[in-house]
Amino acid sequence: MRKGQTLGEYLQAQGVSRRGFLKFCSATASLMALPPSAVSQVAEALATARRPSVIWLSFQECTGCTESLTRSHAPTVESLIFDAISLDYHHTLQAAAGTGAEAAREAAMDENLGEYLLVVDGSIPIGNPAYSTIAGMSNLDMLKASAQNAAAIIAVGTCAAFGGIPHANPNPTGAVSVSEIIKDKPIINVSGCPPIPVVITGTLAHFLAFGEIPELDELGRPTVFFGQNIHDRCYRRPFYERGQFAKTFDDEGARKGWCLYELGCKGPTTYNACATVKWNEGTSFPIGSGHGCLGCSEPDFWDHGSFYTPISAGLWGSRETLLGAAAAGTALGVGAAMAARARKKKAQAEKEADAT
Amino acid sequence: MSKLNDIPVSVEAASGNVIPLLHEIRHALKRVADGQDGTIIDLRSLPLAPGEDDRIETILGKGELHAELDALGPTVIQETSYAGVWLVTHRNTEGEIVARFIEVTRLPDILKSQDEDIELAIRKLQDELDVGTGETAPALEAAAAD
Repeated sequence: MRKGQTLGEYLQAQGVSRRGFLKFCSATASLMALPPSAVSQVAEALATARRPSVIWLSFQECTGCTESLTRSHAPTVESLIFDAISLDYHHTLQAAAGTGAEAAREAAMDENLGEYLLVVDGSIPIGNPAYSTIAGMSNLDMLKASAQNAAAIIAVGTCAAFGGIPHANPNPTGAVSVSEIIKDKPIINVSGCPPIPVVITGTLAHFLAFGEIPELDELGRPTVFFGQNIHDRCYRRPFYERGQFAKTFDDEGARKGWCLYELGCKGPTTYNACATVKWNEGTSFPIGSGHGCLGCSEPDFWDHGSFYTPISAGLWGSRETLLGAAAAGTALGVGAAMAARARKKKAQAEKEADAT
Repeated sequence: MSKLNDIPVSVEAASGNVIPLLHEIRHALKRVADGQDGTIIDLRSLPLAPGEDDRIETILGKGELHAELDALGPTVIQETSYAGVWLVTHRNTEGEIVARFIEVTRLPDILKSQDEDIELAIRKLQDELDVGTGETAPALEAAAAD
């Protein structure tokens, strides 16, 4: 796609018919979790969308977020969205190296002043800048310099959004999230370890189509993907309501697909789109495969105790109280899920009190 | 136990969303019959248990019309056994499903020839007639000889 060309012109030049374009827009609207009735709006917006410059910075990360996006990409839709941006800097994907790579980043920033999109994955160490440097520049300095003239920032992955695993206790590098450093730019947090690929491209598509950031929740995440918790959208929820829980990973309940709450599933306190969008082209998600949700899209998920301890055990002190709590949860039904955020805050406060 | 399929797992999970979905389709169908707009349901937006996708497809069945579209990968438009209820499955060039909708309408829009493509077709046909090359050349030559 050449500079200045709209996406509609680009697709037409590729021989894509209007019918094909509508298909692309239907899939894109689905990606963005927009209602199907919004397809015509998406078509209109995408037809005139111009190619934004994207600078992708990778700091303290494992490249899992990039792998999530590039390994499971769905050609012709997500890759077209990826084609529709000008990815001017990305350590893993760019051909340039050394000073040439840094020159590309600086040139993209100069040429697209105030208009480029900055994508960050990985946390930023502020304990000692030398913990992570690129071309002799600390992550902190590179983030500040690159963010200065960005239109918006997308923090991809839990590390960039909330500090993630590098931030986990005892946080040896002093890792922090993007939003703890940059305060004067719109920041979209696309959390997850890694995030669901269509959530990354869906967020990019929204920016591409509408030139603005989507509606965000209180943690800066797009509400279309993070507005509901896993538990509320889980197909195993009816078993929770009936008090039918798997007690081990190989008991009768597990084989029958009962609720994994007692095995530590963090679905009730985790906000993400896994239960509906799913993974691997919509094939499944952790709960669908018989394992509880780890809560990876939530802040400090690594420090919330064992992945195999029920949420309620952390709140009421022992696992023995769990059954009562689960029964109460069953009786409370939807109310239990609505109280999830409050419970999580309480658990966090108790954890911090324990630490001091 | 040598194969994954040999593991005795019987999933009895049900999201409870299949029957409400069928009610939603029935209401949407009534609206179409009353002359109102159609409805499109994005199946990706629903929490469905393993196998429920297939169950929905089985319940809806196959109707008289089946169309395939080849644009950015194949798309199958299948009228179900319930007239006015269509299952539209978009796949990419690698055959992976990128979107799946139930459309409750007289005819899904994507089946219609699009205005932009019709305009392009007019220009293309006009160019063909002006230049007189390609497929139309023999016919034009014959017409000129007459």
